[in-house]
Amino acid sequence: MPAVQAKSISCPNCGGPVALRGFAHTLSVVCPQCMTVLDASTPEVQILQTFQGKTRTQPTIPLGSRGKIGDTQFEVIGFQIRQVDSGEDTYQWDEYLLFNPYRGFRYLTEYNGHWNFVNVESALPEPSRSAGKLAMRFGGKTYLSFDSMTASTVYVLGEFPWRVSVGDSIACQDFVAPPSMLSSESTSGEITWSRAEYMPGSQIWQTFKLPGSPPPAYGIFANQPSPYGGSVGSAWRTWLWLNVALAGLAFLFMIISPGHVAFSDHYAYSQNVRSDAAFVTPTFQLDGRDSNVDLSIHTDLENNWAYFSFALINDQTGQTFDFAREVSYYHDSDGSEGSRNNSVIIPSVPSGQYYLRVEPEMAAGSPDVRYELELRRNVPNYGFFGLAALLLLIPPVLTTFRKGSFEAARWRESDYAPSSSSSGGDD
Amino acid sequence: MSSPAANCPNCGAPVKFLWSSAVQTTCEFCHSILVRTDVDLKKVGEVADLPPDASPLQIGSEGAYQNKSFVVVGRIIYEYEQGTWNEWHVVYNDGTSGWLADAQLEYDLSWAAQPPTPLAGADDIRQGQTYQWNGKTYQVTSRTRAHYKGVQGELPFQYWDKSDLLFADLRTSSGEFATIDYSENPPLLFLGRAVEFDELHLKNLREFEGWT
Repeated sequence: MPAVQAKSISCPNCGGPVALRGFAHTLSVVCPQCMTVLDASTPEVQILQTFQGKTRTQPTIPLGSRGKIGDTQFEVIGFQIRQVDSGEDTYQWDEYLLFNPYRGFRYLTEYNGHWNFVNVESALPEPSRSAGKLAMRFGGKTYLSFDSMTASTVYVLGEFPWRVSVGDSIACQDFVAPPSMLSSESTSGEITWSRAEYMPGSQIWQTFKLPGSPPPAYGIFANQPSPYGGSVGSAWRTWLWLNVALAGLAFLFMIISPGHVAFSDHYAYSQNVRSDAAFVTPTFQLDGRDSNVDLSIHTDLENNWAYFSFALINDQTGQTFDFAREVSYYHDSDGSEGSRNNSVIIPSVPSGQYYLRVEPEMAAGSPDVRYELELRRNVPNYGFFGLAALLLLIPPVLTTFRKGSFEAARWRESDYAPSSSSSGGDD
Repeated sequence: MSSPAANCPNCGAPVKFLWSSAVQTTCEFCHSILVRTDVDLKKVGEVADLPPDASPLQIGSEGAYQNKSFVVVGRIIYEYEQGTWNEWHVVYNDGTSGWLADAQLEYDLSWAAQPPTPLAGADDIRQGQTYQWNGKTYQVTSRTRAHYKGVQGELPFQYWDKSDLLFADLRTSSGEFATIDYSENPPLLFLGRAVEFDELHLKNLREFEGWT
């Protein structure tokens, strides 16, 4: 059997030739010379609509362009501009009809540089609810209700397997599960479902070998995949692993650099001893370059407090570091408060011979307290690890925040915008 | 598959059968509609010129669905408000037959079925109505008024000279498909599913100028 021949008709309005790319599927075609919409379904071509009253628009992808999407070669055979006029807001998008003589029809839509490849679906989505919104279950995914509108055709070019005319309007509903979108169109009660997949402009340019480069997409589209989609989870996973590494590092520090004990001794403080509570320790050596000193106090306090004033005094130069710590520990059957121990870090202590001046103080009538002082040189500074842990929080928090604002921007364009613009006054 | 040969009672041309159970066929020379009787072929009508169509299928196209191979032996052409569609009559390698619908290159496979539950009458069937069949919810998605536009090749029943017809299409959430055909009383039910072109593994298709 010979190949099915491409057909050509004459425009009954201007007499010009009109080539058909969609074979006998084409029911209506727009004369490229005079823009009259013709009925191509019968041998005697009828005029469906004389034109359109609008300046000519050149589609971004010229009619007749061919390109491969997935494994299928498609030809662009039709183009419409569709418009939504909600009263408050008017916007338009472009819609291309793609054709393959074996695999049928698909659509490409473009709005502000955002492209979608659209396939009519034969299976029915199942209504459900998600996050308090109407949703549709389809192909294992949940699509959230995004918006509903009435879209009219305001401009047509090329050919269509239905009777197209300017002014046709259709009620549409969109449900999103980025990068997919499920849309319904209902005409005279019959509902058609289609599924759109988001496509970057660069892929369109490559597919149809368009000159130049695609204009950047403007705004955020309903089913545009979030650039932070998978990255929030991975940012937090990275954070978790870095924290584990940090803890390991801190542990390693603790093992290899526990500080060396320069001085330690046990004491008792008793208010019965009628002498000055203050005393000085024997001298001890602090070695190395300027470095920190950690003084820890371990007491046997019971429901009491003690206050220790210290002076770390350089025996040779007389340089003095004054500091004080309170230790208080209370406990009963409901729990405990405070601790029997306390410590203090004095940074940048030069090397040399030192002694401590210690002056304990307690409430009058307190029982005796025993305590141990331990002075260690050059202890690891765990504050650094705390700061590092805090800094590590920045990337995941920022990513989470960015994803949140991306999603907020997406949903601002929906019927579920947090505050409607009609309430006014907050712009 | 046998091919009992006979001659067209109208023009005498040889008439071949691809399917032994065919009840009706058309003479490819004089376009007579021929019905098989016990002894010979009887002319019951004549097919007007078939409308131009761009289905990639033709009589003799072969395919396989879920490892069952089939061959296209006949078709019924319908015309409705939005164009035409073809119901291709396909015969499987186990001798059973079914239908492969091509409506603007959207394909459905279906088989005649006993209605598991009574079907609504032509005046009562409505969009959105549902039926529970074989554990699936079938929802009526469209009611289509169509005209019989022509027949070609072998059919499992007599089918000619029909006028105004009503069809109701039903679909499920998992791709099943059903058609209720109100050309008979009681109506006929066909159950099947929507299929992608590539699932049919078709061969011996028509070729299209500019698409080789």
